[in-house]
Amino acid sequence: MTEETIVNIGPSHPSTHGVCRIVVTLDGEVVVKAEPIIGHLHRGIEKMAENRTYLQVVPLTDRLDYVGSMYANWAYCRAVERLAGIRVPERAEYIRVIVCELQRIASHMMGIGSTGADTGAFTAFMYAFAQRDHVVELFEALCGSRLTYNYVRPGGVSMDLPDGWVEQVRSFVAQHPAAMMELDTLLFGNVIARARLKGVGVLPADTAVAWGTSGPTARGSGVNWDLRRDDPYSVYPRFDFEVPLGENGDCYDRARIRLWECVESCKIIDQALDQLEPGPVKAEGLPRLLAPRPGDAYDHIESARGSLGVYLVSDGSPRPYRMKVRSPAFCNLSVLPLLAEGHTLSDLVVIIGSLDPVFGEVDR
Amino acid sequence: MTLLWGFLWGVAAVATIASGAILGVWWERKVAARIQMRFGPQQIGPFGSLQMIADVPKLLFKEDIVPELADKAIFKYAPLFVFGPVAVSMVVIPFTAGWAPLDTSVGILFFLAVPSIEVIAILLSAWASHNTLSTLGGLRATAQMISYEIPRSLAVLSIVLLAGSLRPLDVVEAWRWWWMPLTFIAFVIYFIASIAEMNRGPFDIPEAESELVAGYFADYSGMRWASFMMAEYGSMIAASLFGAAVFFGGGWPFGGALGVVVLIVKTILIMTAIMWVKWTFPRLRQDQLMSLCWKVLTPLAIVQLVIVGVVLPWL
Repeated sequence: MTEETIVNIGPSHPSTHGVCRIVVTLDGEVVVKAEPIIGHLHRGIEKMAENRTYLQVVPLTDRLDYVGSMYANWAYCRAVERLAGIRVPERAEYIRVIVCELQRIASHMMGIGSTGADTGAFTAFMYAFAQRDHVVELFEALCGSRLTYNYVRPGGVSMDLPDGWVEQVRSFVAQHPAAMMELDTLLFGNVIARARLKGVGVLPADTAVAWGTSGPTARGSGVNWDLRRDDPYSVYPRFDFEVPLGENGDCYDRARIRLWECVESCKIIDQALDQLEPGPVKAEGLPRLLAPRPGDAYDHIESARGSLGVYLVSDGSPRPYRMKVRSPAFCNLSVLPLLAEGHTLSDLVVIIGSLDPVFGEVDR
Repeated sequence: MTLLWGFLWGVAAVATIASGAILGVWWERKVAARIQMRFGPQQIGPFGSLQMIADVPKLLFKEDIVPELADKAIFKYAPLFVFGPVAVSMVVIPFTAGWAPLDTSVGILFFLAVPSIEVIAILLSAWASHNTLSTLGGLRATAQMISYEIPRSLAVLSIVLLAGSLRPLDVVEAWRWWWMPLTFIAFVIYFIASIAEMNRGPFDIPEAESELVAGYFADYSGMRWASFMMAEYGSMIAASLFGAAVFFGGGWPFGGALGVVVLIVKTILIMTAIMWVKWTFPRLRQDQLMSLCWKVLTPLAIVQLVIVGVVLPWL
């Protein structure tokens, strides 16, 4: 046993994918203890929401999971709609599904790409980002913004699809699965990547459930749980899709099922585009200033990182009395000390990447 | 007189490495960009070829930061000793038939041994930085570079055995085309071990960007940082030149000035292959790196040596 060293990874470090500090106790290169110190990106979004009208909170939710803003928009809007009893037009629901599945692809491309960058396969990162950029450009055409969309609004979406957008999405979806196969060969088929990812950071299924992980982190361990299928919301029951599952719960499975989820998302988008019909994209007769009756509402959706829930309490005023976000990234990050123990510093970096945390959502 | 020659060749080697590094960085950026579906530098000069000319003054004028707690003297001068051995090792390379800057009977040993001094300088710079990540990087580099000396030297030994001489000029002279298939394994081992020696991907574990930020030179800036980069490119150029000379017969099938051109073309091809590997493969882990060295490359190199030894009496 050598003398233990304490190393600070972060708050600003290439592998933390944001601002997180991880205090690592090292015995040589082996991690004895890894303790994430969160809160560097805390902006008090939940408190800020209490001083804004229901509509003004939507841009705040963009800043939660800044890699998947559409989800936070949607989760919040679903909670508001439940609270105020708003019925959303069918076309708006379809558009929401399409943009959110596109967002899942964009977000997973970031996740897989950073797994590549963490293991040193920078080319895989660039390949993934090329795909992500296609999606981001689609979003730019849709709402003028590349990162913080503010697109999904209580009662519908902010505006209808621009001309020719559907065709652009179709052509993106048509080429995406082939690009995923290429990325699969490049990254997950590589002998070094397999050696680096397989058997590293194994998360057993029961631990995954006990620590409240969700999304690809839990599904990588074989936990068969996806809100789109198991607690269906919006128009998801009308689509035919699979939920990819991992077997071993290691970094390899966690990273790789993201890739298959992207392929499934393409299927969903294709079906949604087929079923998309003209109609209004906003609920009729909404007041300019929403003031729901006193009460509370919780709703959750399957975001790219897992079950993203928003809890809202109304006291009858035009501002939320309380907002609480159930953040999947926060729960997923909580298993990091368990996974990292006994692995080397190089593995720790890969494990953080495989959990795909976004600190805007962890710290809120 | 000898001193003057030594000085002149030292200046020439530094100039070669510096200009080689400038061109190498540009070439690498282009190669990497093509691999990654990008264009790379293209704004300054034709095909962005003047990009590095713009980058060098930037590096020269950057603030030279010395950390408060660093061991200042060692911190400042360690980069020189990282770069120096690489430049020195280049003098024994046979650039054309019958001519090398320094003609010595132990040239091959010299080339393999002298760059190892770099390890000490790397460890010094890592330790002097007073930074945990740098220290880890320095320790990783030491373990890696010392280990990979062995398969690398064993691989070159096959050629030495065939040529019957440690003098690079003799090796180039004795070289026959059928050595290429015979020593193919040796070349692959030399190629892999050289990449590990120069700490480039997939063996860039000491400077692993995602883990140690930049490893042993994390705290360096400006020209001191650039000398680490030049050492990396210098050892890439030196290893490629040496590989082209002893494994591919230098200027073969031409002699004279055309031979030098052929040698340079072969060198560029080997360098491009090194870049290609770097931009395709992920990075190994420290323990995997060690087992690759001791469990795969070293035994293979010995097998190659035995093959050459068995064939030798029949030649």
